[in-house]
Amino acid sequence: MAAHVETSLRMEPAALRGLISRNKQADKVFAAVGLLAMFVGVFALAALLTKLAIDGGERISWQFMTSFPSRHADKAGILSAWVGTSLVMLVTTFSAVPIGVAAGVYLEEYARRGWLTDVIEINVTNLAGVPSIVYGLLALGLFVYGMGLGQSIAAAGLTLGLLILPVVIVSTREAIRSVPVAMREAAYALGATRWQTVHDHVLPYSTGGILTGVILGLSRAIGETAPIITIGALTFIAFLPPAPLTTEPPFVSFEWLLAPFTVMPIQMFNWLSRPQAAFIENAAAAGLVLVLMTVGMNAVAIWLRYRFRKKIKW
Amino acid sequence: MNTPAVRPLRHVLPPPKVAQRRRVGERIVEGLLFASAVSAVFITIAIMVVLIGESLAFFRHVSLLDFVTDTQWTIMFEDKHYGIAPLLTGTLVTSLIGLGVAVPLGTIIAIYLSEFAPFRVREFVKPLLELLVGVPTVVFGYFALLFVTPLLQKFIPSLPGFNMLGPGIVIGLMITPYISSVAEDAMRAVPMHLREGAYAMGATRFRTATTVVIPAAFSGIVAAYVLGVSRAVGETMVVAVAAGQQPNFTLNPMEPAATITSFIVQVALGDLPHGSIEYQSIFAAGLVLMLLTLGFNVGGHFLRRRFREVY
Repeated sequence: MAAHVETSLRMEPAALRGLISRNKQADKVFAAVGLLAMFVGVFALAALLTKLAIDGGERISWQFMTSFPSRHADKAGILSAWVGTSLVMLVTTFSAVPIGVAAGVYLEEYARRGWLTDVIEINVTNLAGVPSIVYGLLALGLFVYGMGLGQSIAAAGLTLGLLILPVVIVSTREAIRSVPVAMREAAYALGATRWQTVHDHVLPYSTGGILTGVILGLSRAIGETAPIITIGALTFIAFLPPAPLTTEPPFVSFEWLLAPFTVMPIQMFNWLSRPQAAFIENAAAAGLVLVLMTVGMNAVAIWLRYRFRKKIKW
Repeated sequence: MNTPAVRPLRHVLPPPKVAQRRRVGERIVEGLLFASAVSAVFITIAIMVVLIGESLAFFRHVSLLDFVTDTQWTIMFEDKHYGIAPLLTGTLVTSLIGLGVAVPLGTIIAIYLSEFAPFRVREFVKPLLELLVGVPTVVFGYFALLFVTPLLQKFIPSLPGFNMLGPGIVIGLMITPYISSVAEDAMRAVPMHLREGAYAMGATRFRTATTVVIPAAFSGIVAAYVLGVSRAVGETMVVAVAAGQQPNFTLNPMEPAATITSFIVQVALGDLPHGSIEYQSIFAAGLVLMLLTLGFNVGGHFLRRRFREVY
């Protein structure tokens, strides 16, 4: 840059003006290129949603939501798929959230600097980069055959729980880190123990951030297809798992945990791999419902984050 | 004013029994939290144990030399060949196309959002790009098969319905928001006074971005690229849906092919008996995939350390 400045000092005024306007031109060109690049991204999203809506919009009806898959494309529906997705997500939430939040709290509030903490942190970072299908292979070896869970809702839910664990840990840490140290010092000054400080002060203040992370993680888990296929989930399921609530005592049943299942993305993939146009239409409709679910969850998460950021003023 | 009488400290402190119970409780809680944190390490160990264990069983039947040098992967046929090369070329081609789209696009978007965009544009576009991250990959597969490939066929009539070009481009669109958001965070973390120094010297925005901000944020930008590479290599559903699932030893993006990931999906869709060679082969393929991403991450780590700027 030094040479550049020197030459410009020795330049004729007219040439210097030319250089300045050329540089300003470059600024404008890049601003246009940047805007264009962003529109490529936004356009891709718009094209994708429009394509799905055109192909599958007409298929979405009450009948589609409340029917089982069928050999006849026009009678088929996604009942077993969305029920399966809901139950799998229940297992995922209950496995990933407690462990993920606890791990985040430990790393931020308890961990002492040392090799063990370094190892844990490097592991969390690396797990976030592991391809999702590898989690499927882990689950196939560990849950399906190792623990004998078979191709069940429990196996799938735990698999996705492992998959989103790094997301939950990272967002918990970020949320906790944004709580000012003064809050903790105030609690300690009043004689609170470490856990009392965390439980009564740090965690309540970071709920918004944690919730955002959990929703983002779950919206990723809902759309994950590869790991569920890898554990060998059946694709044609024309029945519902046993109901979690029963009429006889003890009123709750956990039989559904070991039931075979299908989920939305698998149902879509199954229809997509058939040659008939009518099934492709079903795939588009299932895709549309799926996108609405994930995009809806993402929108809620973005909104939550925005709201909490605005509301909290330390 | 009348001040309350100061009570002696022993009346304020909890009785010794309660204090001790509290200490024990604290210990238990800390132990539980620690166990949760360590579970991350156990997941990594479990992944390696499962992958290596089943792969060892696989390599008892298949020689490592064949695995590396054979150019055919015909595990589903009578005449079985176990050469990983065709799956690697498929992964390589689709990932390179994806990165060819996502790296320039993501970098430009990151520079634009961090250095150029007016506040209003930023607030509007960023959430939209984040929504793009939320779209399930199988839906991107649909998009690649039924929108992008037909669109490309208008320009390249000889393009078959299953090919690597369409899915590659869609993978690129898919990972662009990942790259742009991580790279932008890195650029925004560059201290303002560095930019102000450049502006004071008369540099334009573009020149400031290229000569000051990008070098200062380089380590973060590399991290964004490494994340993008991991995503591209591990991407499964887009290629499984839209690239055909036939292993094909070629570097021509106009041809259909299988990748490591789409092969795993294809085998898993069939009814595979536990302990068969097909069952073990997907773990061997998974191990190769894991080593690939691990390699990129380690490489990125050293690259970042080499170019880290400290201010």
